[in-house]
Amino acid sequence: MIELDETDREILRALVRDATQSAGAIGRALGLSQPATWRRINRLQKAGVIAGRRIDLDLDRLGFGVTVFLGIKLATKGRVSLEDFERAASAIPEVQTIQHVLGLYDYRLRIVARDLSDFERVLRRRIMTLPGVGNVEANVLLSEERRPGPLG
Amino acid sequence: MQIDDIDRRLLRHLLAEPDLSTTDLAARAGVTSATAWRRIERLREAGILRGQHAIIDWRALGWEVEVSLRFTLDKTDPRAFDEFLAAVREVPEVIEIQTFLGRVDVRLNVIARDMRHYQEIYRDRILTLPHIADIESLMLVSTIRKTESLPI
Repeated sequence: MIELDETDREILRALVRDATQSAGAIGRALGLSQPATWRRINRLQKAGVIAGRRIDLDLDRLGFGVTVFLGIKLATKGRVSLEDFERAASAIPEVQTIQHVLGLYDYRLRIVARDLSDFERVLRRRIMTLPGVGNVEANVLLSEERRPGPLG
Repeated sequence: MQIDDIDRRLLRHLLAEPDLSTTDLAARAGVTSATAWRRIERLREAGILRGQHAIIDWRALGWEVEVSLRFTLDKTDPRAFDEFLAAVREVPEVIEIQTFLGRVDVRLNVIARDMRHYQEIYRDRILTLPHIADIESLMLVSTIRKTESLPI
């Protein structure tokens, strides 16, 4: 596991705010040279701390007015049925996230749709027909906030 | 602002590979670099592309446990939502806050170093939050798919 110092944490916070910033720009804000900043970013990437980039779009204005989270319980269990379910769910274009969870449900799915009737179409034609699908609970997303997390 | 097919193509490729440079993005979308740069800039100015953020893999930093906590709030108090959310923002281990229309009112993503640490956070920081009527926990086993991709 990688140990971070305060400068690493500052760099991470800056990249979480805006990942398009150059090493030079981040370095300037922290009083660090461009090569020194680049070396630190590179180390964070190599250690897997920076796992990639998230694009934040105004979904409403792109015509996707509805985001729904589904809790899905499988009716049948067993390794094969999990794999079948995951493979089939991954092929649905409206499904953004699939998480295997322990608790009330077996899977959590994040779904985008144009509106509620579009969501109904996805639910009926795509979700309810998934292999092994049992009980399904839907919650419509109203707001979402990402927090910086425990960065010291 | 009107979005056309070129914008949609650029966004689709950007969502699929968020780390692409403008040059590579242009090549994928079949436009010149200058066009890609201008279009992305325009989407940014119009507020459709709201930002690009680094994703932190908390596991790489030793945060092994991730739990999705689903809350039903006591809505007899009109300030329940505001006071609950304000208190949640004081808990650094909360990395995501979502509000819903449905059986669940609020969902929090909470991370912890290990199960013992999680129990501490749960007991000292979560159960003490105001206006809780009910809590359900889903423990994240694995993420099968996590994208921002859209069927555009």
